[in-house]
Order: sequence, then C-alpha cells, then structure tokens
Amino acid sequence: MRINCPHCGLRDLAEFTYQGDASRALPELSAQTGSWNAHVYDRENPAGLHREHWQHSGGCRAHLRIERDTLSHAVSEAVMVRPSPPVKNQPIRSRGRK
Amino acid sequence: MKPGNKRQTRRNSHFTPFVPALLSGTTGIRAAREMKEYSALKVLTNTLTGNRGWKPAWRKAEPKPSYDVIIIGGGGHGLATAYYLAANHGITNVAVLEKGYLGSGNIGRNTTIVRSNYLLPQNIRFYEYSMKLWESLSHELNYNVMFSQRGILNLAHSPAQLDDYIRRGNAMRLSGADGKVLYPDEIARFVPGLDLGGSQRFPVVGGLLQPRAGTARHDAVAWGYARGADRHGVDIIENCEVTGFLRDGGRVTGVQTSRGEIRAAKTAVAVAGSTSRVLKLAGIDRLPIESHVLQAFVSESIKPFVDTVVTFGGGHLYMSQSDKGGLVFGSDLDGYNSYAQRGNLPVIHDLMSELLALFPGLDRIRLLRSWGGVMDMSMDGSPIITIGPLDGMYLNCGWCYGGFKATPASGWCFAWTIAKDEPHAINAPFGLDRFYRGMLIDEKGQGPTPRLH
Repeated sequence: MRINCPHCGLRDLAEFTYQGDASRALPELSAQTGSWNAHVYDRENPAGLHREHWQHSGGCRAHLRIERDTLSHAVSEAVMVRPSPPVKNQPIRSRGRK
Repeated sequence: MKPGNKRQTRRNSHFTPFVPALLSGTTGIRAAREMKEYSALKVLTNTLTGNRGWKPAWRKAEPKPSYDVIIIGGGGHGLATAYYLAANHGITNVAVLEKGYLGSGNIGRNTTIVRSNYLLPQNIRFYEYSMKLWESLSHELNYNVMFSQRGILNLAHSPAQLDDYIRRGNAMRLSGADGKVLYPDEIARFVPGLDLGGSQRFPVVGGLLQPRAGTARHDAVAWGYARGADRHGVDIIENCEVTGFLRDGGRVTGVQTSRGEIRAAKTAVAVAGSTSRVLKLAGIDRLPIESHVLQAFVSESIKPFVDTVVTFGGGHLYMSQSDKGGLVFGSDLDGYNSYAQRGNLPVIHDLMSELLALFPGLDRIRLLRSWGGVMDMSMDGSPIITIGPLDGMYLNCGWCYGGFKATPASGWCFAWTIAKDEPHAINAPFGLDRFYRGMLIDEKGQGPTPRLH
C-alpha cells in the first residue's frame, strides 16, 4: 500500500501513521452523555470506502485525510486535513525599511 | 447504539455457581457413549474393508423453514455454541449458517495458541474456564484436537517489564491459573537457540511462563465441534450467506439467506471479523468495533527447534513450532481498518527483525506461507457475548485477536446465554452496555484505539 502525499508524492505505507476514522464529528458541547458515548466508542466500520486520517509521520508530518477501500486497500483520495495558510514570501530583511 | 440492556445490568451482580462440564460427569460420559465413532477397532475393521465404513463428520444439511435457534457463522465460536446448546441444554433444533465452507474464517487462520495469562479478574476467570474446557476437549468430543500444553513464555526485557509480568503472574495464581517466573539461566535451558542478549538491544532479564498454556490443531477444533453438533441433530448449512433479517415489529424472527428464508425464535450472531457488515443488515449502523487485518506466517519445516510458545516483549512477536516442523509466528495488527484478509510489508519487516533479534540462528530459514485474517477489534480489547442488541437476537463478537483460545468458553457461555435468556456469571461482564456504563475491561489500558489492543 502506498499513499499519495500532497507534499511528497507517492510514498510507502511505512512512512505513515494511522489515526482512525475521519467521518466522526464532535457532538455539540450541550449534547447528552449518550451522544458523547457514541462518539467515543461507536464506529461505522464500513466494508468499502472509508474516510480516515493519517499522518505522514516519517516524512513531512502533515495530517492527511484519505479515502480508502477497506476491501482492496486502494487509496482513492489523499488531501491535507486543512489547507495551508497563505505563505508570505517577503524576505525578512525588507521588513523594517518601509 | 442506545445505552443500557436493563435485563443484563440487573443480573451482573449475582453470581451463579457453576461446575465445569466434565466435572459434572453427565456431559462427558454421555458424549463418549454416543460418539464412539473413532476407535482402534474401527480403524482396524475399516482398514480390512476398504475404508467404506466411515460416515462424513457432518451431513450436508438442507435448510428447513424454521428452527428454535439459528446461529449465523460456522466458525469455531458458532460451532461450539451449537454443540453446547445441544449437549448442555438439550436444544437440538438448531441451524448453523456459514456463508463459505465450514471453518474458512479465523478458526483456520490463527496461530493456534491457547493461554489464560491475563491480568484483569473478568478476563482470567473467562479464559481460565476456557483452559479447563480445553483440557478435556478431545475427550468431550471424542475427536483429537491435539491440544498440547507446551507452555507459553513471555520474555521481559527490562526490570520494570519483569515487575509487570510478576504482578500479572500473581494475579493469575490468585485466580486459579498457573504461572511461574523464569530467570535468564532457566530460560537458556528452557529455550535453547534464544539469544539472551536480544542482539544486545533487548536483553532478556526474565520471563513469565504459563506451563498449562500451549497450542491446539485449529481445524480439528472446528471439525470436532461440527461433528459433535451434527450427531446431536444440528443442521450445519454451508454456502448459505445471510442477506437480511426478518423482523416482526422490533423483534428479529429469522433471516433471509442466499438459500431462502429461515425463521427462528432466537437468532444468534457469531461472525467476528464481519460483525459490522452483518449487523448493518439488521439496521444497526454503528458498533464499538473496527475491523483490522492481522497477518500470520509459517516457515519451511525444520527439525525440532522450540518446544514451547515464545513471545517477545520488546515489540510484539509470538512463535511456536507446529507438529509438521514449520515455525508458526505472528505480530501486531497492520493497524488500519481492513476487510481484505491480506496485509502489507511494513509489519512483515518489523516481525522478521524481531524474530532474528531473538533467534539469530533462524536467519537462513525461508518463509513458506503468510496470510491475513480480519479481526473484530473492540474498543476495550475484550469480547462481547450478550443478549441483544435487538429482541430475539444474541451477539458474540469483538474477539480482537484472541478468539481461538476462547472458542470453548465462548461457545459454552453463548449457549448458556441463548438457552436461559440471561448471561452466565462468567460472561456477564462482557455485555455491549459496558461501553455506556463505564465498565470497560481494558487489559492493556489503551482506551478506545482499537489498533493498539
């Protein structure tokens, strides 16, 4: 199994750490205990397409969201969990001159 | 899932005294009288008459329209449940439905280890009861399951780890199991070929031995239970996949299968590995379970090399030698959700490194076969044997990767639960509601991260 990291390209499974089901959403803070129980313990566990979090822990360390088939291990999508914030390319030295 | 199964909650506090099946006398003797099919005399007469006198171990049964109990899953646990329903509770109008051929799942995919070296009281009680059933199983079934009590040795690689093992050993002994601490000089005599330096990185400082642990012939366990159940009149129906559940209001009244509808007063599910898939057919979309793949390996056959089961505490490795001479070993889960029954290379690489750290002399041994099985990984690493979650339904699942050794006790307890509509004291702590009541049985203390159990 290999995963196509948006930063690093197609890399071997050994470089990645699994972080579990990405389809779970936190309940509202005001939710009943039962909803929190379900959030912590219950999983859909599908046979087929599964959305999951991985970290490229042996590479760029980015957290990825991946769609993978649990029957074939084929990875169909790998994106950053959060898009990177815009990077300012201004050189540090130029800052004080204005 | 909704929290709380009231009936079960109420029963948790009371303890029903029990006597192991063999000690109670009736079951073992009855089984032996009814099932003397294989004997020295039979072998002799069949040899002289062209082996025409044997019966198939189980009939190719056709599904009837209805049964008292349907058991979904013809693996070790399903077959054991059918056997104990018939032998212990007199419920013989039972069908076992298997989607493939008998024993094609994890009963034939494990590394055959039987042990009861647990720390938590609920676990020791359950697995030690299983161990007692194992010790009389060949006699009970009149079928040689080749249970070999060759011991299991957990190696410790730091003083802290050894302290932890000693604590577990004491807990085992307090609960009636057996355990013994070995130090390096004893280990060197017990397991020749072991590098006590652990290639210097993981020196062996001691180990916890459970002498009564060992291995069994896994296929024979399935075949023995299947034959025992069949001789009591249970229908074992292979190539019969469940495709849906029949409902009457909220109550489950049977199943739809690839071979037609079958009705039953009680429907039991014992399909560890596929529990989420099967329960989805009943409208239960979420369970405290993830399915993961675990790989196992066999080397080419070599002369007798190790006569016990050895486990490596610096990572995760367990190894024994089969009667055919192949080294049988396994390691961790691959660590991601999978139903594929095959794994990937990183785990194999880690496992081989660990094997060679312990046994450098094996570096020229070739791998013969490797395969994968799908595990029901529960959220606390312990199984679920319970009434529900729907009316008319009974659930046996969440075996993580310790299901094989539990086969007899799992079937015994599940049969009790089905027959009496209440859990036995041994399996009462293993209800589905424990996740919602904060009564988790987390042997390793890992929390709800199934890949770490």
